[in-house]
Amino acid sequence: MNFLQYLINGVSIGAVYAIIALGYTMVYGIAKMLNFAHGDVIMVGAYISYCVTSYLGLPAVLGVLIAMAVCTLLGVLIEGLAYKPLRGTSSLAVLITAIGISYFLQNGAQLIWGSAPKNFASIVTFAPLKLFSGRLTITGEVIITILASILIMVALTLFTGKTRMGKAMRAVSEDRDAAQLMGINVNRTISMTFAIGSALAAIAGVLLCSAVPTLQPTTGSMPGIRAFTAAVFGGIGSIPGAMLGGILLGVIETFSKAYFSTQFSDAIVFLVLILVLLVKPAGLMGKAVQEKV
Amino acid sequence: MMKRFFDCVNRNRSAAMTYGLVIVFYIVMQTLASQRMLTRSVTGYLVPICVYIVLAVSLNLVVGISGELSLGHAGFMGVGAFAGIVAAACLRSFIPNDFLLLLAALVVGGILAGFAGLLIGIPVLRLRGDYLAIVTLAFGEILKNIVGNLYIGLDAKGLHFALNAEGIHMDPAGKMILSGALGATGIQKLSTFFMGFLLILFTLFVVLNLINSKEGRAIKAVRDNYIAAESVGINTTAFRMKAFVVSAFLAGMAGALYGLNYSAVAASKFGFTTSIDILVFVVLGGMGNILGSVISAAVLYVIPEAMRGLADYRMILYAVVLIVVMLCTWSPAVKNRIAMVTEKFTSKFRRKEAACHE
Amino acid sequence: MNEYSRKMIPVSTINYLREEDAGKRPVLDVRNLGIDFGGLTAVDEFSITVGPTEISGLIGPNGAGKTTIFNLLTSVYQPTRGSILINGVDTKGMSTAKVNRLGIARTFQNIRLFSEMTALDNVKVGMHNQINCSFFSSVLHTPAYYREEKKANQRVMELLDFMGMADVAFQKAGSLPYGVQRRLEIVRALATNPSIVLLDEPAAGMNPSETTELMHQIRRIRDTFHIAIFLIEHDMNLVMNVCEGIAVVNYGRIISKGTPEQIRQDPAVIEAYLGKEGV
Repeated sequence: MNFLQYLINGVSIGAVYAIIALGYTMVYGIAKMLNFAHGDVIMVGAYISYCVTSYLGLPAVLGVLIAMAVCTLLGVLIEGLAYKPLRGTSSLAVLITAIGISYFLQNGAQLIWGSAPKNFASIVTFAPLKLFSGRLTITGEVIITILASILIMVALTLFTGKTRMGKAMRAVSEDRDAAQLMGINVNRTISMTFAIGSALAAIAGVLLCSAVPTLQPTTGSMPGIRAFTAAVFGGIGSIPGAMLGGILLGVIETFSKAYFSTQFSDAIVFLVLILVLLVKPAGLMGKAVQEKV
Repeated sequence: MMKRFFDCVNRNRSAAMTYGLVIVFYIVMQTLASQRMLTRSVTGYLVPICVYIVLAVSLNLVVGISGELSLGHAGFMGVGAFAGIVAAACLRSFIPNDFLLLLAALVVGGILAGFAGLLIGIPVLRLRGDYLAIVTLAFGEILKNIVGNLYIGLDAKGLHFALNAEGIHMDPAGKMILSGALGATGIQKLSTFFMGFLLILFTLFVVLNLINSKEGRAIKAVRDNYIAAESVGINTTAFRMKAFVVSAFLAGMAGALYGLNYSAVAASKFGFTTSIDILVFVVLGGMGNILGSVISAAVLYVIPEAMRGLADYRMILYAVVLIVVMLCTWSPAVKNRIAMVTEKFTSKFRRKEAACHE
Repeated sequence: MNEYSRKMIPVSTINYLREEDAGKRPVLDVRNLGIDFGGLTAVDEFSITVGPTEISGLIGPNGAGKTTIFNLLTSVYQPTRGSILINGVDTKGMSTAKVNRLGIARTFQNIRLFSEMTALDNVKVGMHNQINCSFFSSVLHTPAYYREEKKANQRVMELLDFMGMADVAFQKAGSLPYGVQRRLEIVRALATNPSIVLLDEPAAGMNPSETTELMHQIRRIRDTFHIAIFLIEHDMNLVMNVCEGIAVVNYGRIISKGTPEQIRQDPAVIEAYLGKEGV
């Protein structure tokens, strides 16, 4: 029974990683950049939701929606001001700029909200589900998180598969120049990707802070790195890969904490990642690209 | 042939400038310090500046010269720091001279970090590009995680290792050197600015000589086009490995110098954030530009420290400076605009000047 | 034991096109080479011998598998079938770098120079395995280092001069004109001290006068260094003028082999290039 409990908790943590990883993987697939500031967008989303519910006393659903709107705007703004001017230059330059943005968001949040952790009231209000005469507890947060991730996955699959914009995104990620020649507005497509990724980050932020009810300016960085790892794990650029990678990472993390050692859970997670990359250098669902000679 | 001569001088000039700058910096700082013209906080920066210069130059060997994005440099620094601290504690009774003891600690730190680099390099260097970056990040975090859970005690019987506090079975007289997440405490501070200066010179000597040799050319060739490098008989993995191990070795020495500069050092220092800081020094200094790394490490380390008066605003300002500098140096659009504006100013100035002459 | 696993083949079976090569071991001996890419056969039953000082050509329509053959010869791909002997040594399982040390060097269809380095340094990288200087002597800049560097510099300047490009020695390779870059690749390949050089479309992108110049240079390379040259080229004028032996491939298989005269008159070749007449 313990095993099942750990599995469910692991999947739940993993689902949050997966939602964050989707942001990384979509941006990587389309703009070919590692957006290191993504983790901090999560934190901003959580703070916005916190402000809306705690200061204004509005319902949690509204908090999530406003957080999504603000993060979408933030994502598009960051892309337009900082990343777009650097498009086509060294990927390292973009990476360092992303790090600058990450510092900016973290320290900006610290200026506005202070560095002391806030108590984040969970957005889920219904009671935990108790099964097998109380031996298995599934909290409301877990249910909502898993449901949300499934919903997002389905919606994204439909979006990239069926809509015009989604198809444009796939085209840009395959070959940016060819897409441009076919009349696709590459700049708008990339902005759109950032918008979607950031909106997802807001959802992830609220879910993350509902499960771990504290919030501080550095809240986003570690889950950000974990989720980035998850994206690579699943094959960066692949949407189902990000989902799979996130959930596997969450399960591995929970199991290694439960069965091996709490202290070394970080090392174990990263070790598994390395082993996977050695066997499948492009991640679980990534396509290996060989350079043509 | 004339051109060739100038090229030779040019190359040597850049190297000479780098050495010269470091020597001048040392002499100025040392003179100011001996005249008691520096505040205590400024003298406190001197050793860390040396540490970060060495870290930046060594990382540049991997990122700039070898062309691999490494995000785990601080892990090697951490291995070097704790190896150096343990070595200094163990060798204290054998080496009475502080300077020699520190030197021995640096060498031990360097060798252990170099060895870690070799072990990590074997799997890491099978990958390329962003995948390599994420794996170096992963290894950096693993190293931090392991070092952060290591307990080492020293007593009359020798060293004791364990992965938890209870696992250490020492004589009551024994002393804990490393205690897990708390890191190393009660370190005897050995590091000196002079040693930092020597370490920078040593690092520059190794890296600059390496770059201008057959080995360095092979490393750069692999960076520019590994398929072509293979086709002229270069074993690409071997040369990427050489750059990686030398870089880890130097980072380990810098780490030992860092560790022995404070009375307490925790493993959390050697994580992703520090790796990123070093990477920022390298990129802003210019990829493959060693002099640039030296300057940017020193300046960028001092900027946030000097802005302590601004309290909460300093890191946000640092972030803004970082973004603006990146945009101004890399973005074609921003660069064009700057060029246009300066052109406008200078042409106005010239017209005025011409008017004056008439 | 299969027929092709032996390390040496009897020289007497070889009928060279050049008298100079008579009685000598072939520099390149390829037997029944084939490679499949996931069920698709890209090259099959490819056999060829190249004499020690022969200039030979590999021609065929686009997509016939010519560059794939070069990639097999230099171990960029490992063959599915068959064997490659360079100077009598079977290259099975060897890395590209190791095969180069056996004496095979190449240029690339899409130029692959070390574009951030000077022309001089590009060629010096080619000399890598001839510079006798240990890792520590490199780091410490011992007298051995200076001696070897000086020697290498002299040799590189000689080679550049040989191809008439000493004046660009200190320019960044990436900033050189296209034709010069192609020649620089040849110099870099020569610097590895090979016994055979593979040139992948050396005249691509060159104007007629540059192509004529290249033709002379190819002959001069053979006559000066006494090495074999094996080239892929679409410029028939160059191929017919320079090559002593030609192999024509289509769909990964050799459809004709012989002297330029024989190739010119082979109906199979005409068909491959122009399509079947009267269909």
